[in-house]
Amino acid sequence: MSALNIKKGSTKKSAYELRDPNAEVFETHTLAVIVDNEAGALARVIGLFSGRGYNIDSLTVAEVDHLGHTSRITIVTRGTPAIIEQIKAQLGRIVPVHDVHDLTVEGPSVERELALFKVRGTGNDRVEALRLADIFRANVMDSTLESFIFELTGTPDKVDAFAELMRPLGLVELARTGVAALSRGSE
Amino acid sequence: MTRQMTGAKMVVQALKDQGVDTVFGYPGGAVLPIYDEIFQQNEIQHVLVRHEQGAVHAAEGYARSTGKPGVVLVTSGPGATNAVTGLTDALLDSIPLVVLTGQVPTFMIGTDGFQEADTVGITRPCTKHNWLVKDTEKLAETIHQAFHVAVTGRPGPTLVDIPKDVQFAQGSYVTPQKSRTDNYQPQMKGDIADITALVEMIEAAERPVFYTGGGVINSGPGASQLLRELVEATGFPITSTLMGLGAYPATGEKWIGMLGMHGLYEANMAMHDCDLMINIGARFDDRITGRIDAFSPGSKKAHIDIDPSSINKVVRVDVPIVGDVGHVLEDLLRIWKSRGRKTNTDALKTWWTQINAWRDVKCLTYTNSDTIIKPQYAVERLEALTRGKDRYVTTEVGQHQMWAAQFMDFNEPGRWMTSGGLGTMGYGLPASVGVQQAHPDALVINVAGDASWLMNMQEMGTAVQFRLPIKQFILNNERLGMVRQWQQLLHGERYSHSWSDSLPDFVKLAEAFGCKGRVVSNPSELDDAIEEMMAYDGPFILDVLVEKHENCFPMIPSGEPHNSMLLGEVEATDAIRGKGATLV
Ligand SMILES: Cc1ncc(C[n+]2csc(CCOP(=O)(O)OP(=O)(O)O)c2C)c(N)n1
Repeated sequence: MSALNIKKGSTKKSAYELRDPNAEVFETHTLAVIVDNEAGALARVIGLFSGRGYNIDSLTVAEVDHLGHTSRITIVTRGTPAIIEQIKAQLGRIVPVHDVHDLTVEGPSVERELALFKVRGTGNDRVEALRLADIFRANVMDSTLESFIFELTGTPDKVDAFAELMRPLGLVELARTGVAALSRGSE
Repeated sequence: MTRQMTGAKMVVQALKDQGVDTVFGYPGGAVLPIYDEIFQQNEIQHVLVRHEQGAVHAAEGYARSTGKPGVVLVTSGPGATNAVTGLTDALLDSIPLVVLTGQVPTFMIGTDGFQEADTVGITRPCTKHNWLVKDTEKLAETIHQAFHVAVTGRPGPTLVDIPKDVQFAQGSYVTPQKSRTDNYQPQMKGDIADITALVEMIEAAERPVFYTGGGVINSGPGASQLLRELVEATGFPITSTLMGLGAYPATGEKWIGMLGMHGLYEANMAMHDCDLMINIGARFDDRITGRIDAFSPGSKKAHIDIDPSSINKVVRVDVPIVGDVGHVLEDLLRIWKSRGRKTNTDALKTWWTQINAWRDVKCLTYTNSDTIIKPQYAVERLEALTRGKDRYVTTEVGQHQMWAAQFMDFNEPGRWMTSGGLGTMGYGLPASVGVQQAHPDALVINVAGDASWLMNMQEMGTAVQFRLPIKQFILNNERLGMVRQWQQLLHGERYSHSWSDSLPDFVKLAEAFGCKGRVVSNPSELDDAIEEMMAYDGPFILDVLVEKHENCFPMIPSGEPHNSMLLGEVEATDAIRGKGATLV
């Protein structure tokens, strides 16, 4: 339904408005922000969050349209419904921002994150780490006699869960990309 | 056909093509090529200020009194950092400015070169948008975009940072018409269904009030005209924020005065008790709302604003309308008329009876004296003696600012320039310079406090040099009056550092600058002093020695709702308590 598509500048006409606007509960939302790929665009977005005291749980950014010079910034943020609305409106105000999509309210979406785990260990721990990696469908990207680097792609929850399991088995370093997300369907 | 020219020449050409007649600026190493071009032409006048902050405030005064963007040119490093306060001021009050800064050459950026500062980094949060131009080919288009962004949608300051090698290099000039502006096109028209919903509310409202702000003035003279038509046709009472004064005439019958912390009793009571609040181009600032959870508890609220982020930011509204005030009011009037121009006349009559009863409280009453000049009296006399003249008023920040807003009448938009959002002491004098530059024959008065005035007093030199006959009307209480008032109300009369010691002799200071001054302390001589100030052909400083411990009333203590206003001295000492004490 097109009314769910939050156009730059609009603050209403989303299903989101049907909820209690004064609720004090914190919600987690994934926002996709399409910006001109120009110097300082990312700084503007980040500066908005720090300057106005909003949360960033995760942030990814990369150019997605080389010819059109646009980048996609995916931000996972938390706040009350009113704060989330305000964040979207403030993002829409930034001159190089073309579009702000709230993937959390625009219907189902796919969210994925890539993570690299360095796990050091020998003996049973090493065998167990490899067994769990197999269950999680993590790939071995590098190995020595006493370490592995696993690559895992999945939802942030899955990455969290795998990290928890690896910790007692010798997790020494973890690198995460942050969330990339797209709404499901043909649109 | 594209014309080749240096970046410096392009700057001047772009300004000319944008219709700029005045630039406020201050030279330095990183802008010398541009100054060289300015030297070689006569179409654009450059006003040499004495401090870059002064340049930005002067440009703000110019912009607000003309409706055109103000233009500033300063050098890199300290030139740019000195402009930061003015940029922030313009951002908060939505004033269109284009600020051009010099920068060290591109190959030196990042090396901590002499007078290098990360200007776009520093000014990112205090401009609407800014650009660093690294290629002369992009310079002209960027400047045109800076004008477009500054004046389009909710106006604000933009900044273009131009490295020195970009000024020297050759590139092709692009005209404003050929420049890309389609990437920034905010929505101007409001949603017709929402406007119709508001019309329905207008038809039924029993206790309506228009609450208007600077957005009406920013929308242009047409918006003020439509507002007047709407108010007269509906017969609804109208109040305004500090920033919106003049959009509806203060002499108008439906005018119930400014609202807010130092607003009029009748205006604040009407806001508190209304059943329909129609916010037109205002932003529910905390000076206006007081305690949010007790703000106008029984009303439905509509909000017309061009900036979607203003809507539901502070106060949740029932009918949000995103659009330009002028466009929305046009549609609103058309729809309301086509539906038969209905209002709830009986209920309105009762509402006006109530409002008139509040008016009868005469909240601006003060105890006058025939030995000491009361600041309110001074402003009243200034109003009486200048009313009807082609007059522009600027102010500094403090008690005097509030008294000017309370006791002076503004009947046209763009006649009242004050620092509302940022509350910048030192705004008024340079702003008066900018206003006078734009309106050479008008009477331009800065109503000032002694402390604020000192903050940018160097700009008297600018006024003298450019023969700008600005009138500086200083309400001298030898105090940081507004601070002292808060210390009385909040901190047990412990007046920590809120007096102005070692003040200069303002008359001698005027003479030192090459203009004229006069000091007045006797109420019976005040009129004569004001007349002399107005008659003098040149800048004039009138040092009005006023009652030192006068407080500004009415006042809504912070943390309190609209209906608990302090009206006078008896209630005032230690009036701010509890949670309110942490608010500013
Ligand atoms: C740049 C700046 N610094 C500090 C303040 C805080 N402040 C607000 S009003 C005020 C006192 C102003 O005194 P004065 O200009 O003499 O005016 P009065 O209140 O006495 O009329 C101060 C210090 C401010 N608004 N701006």
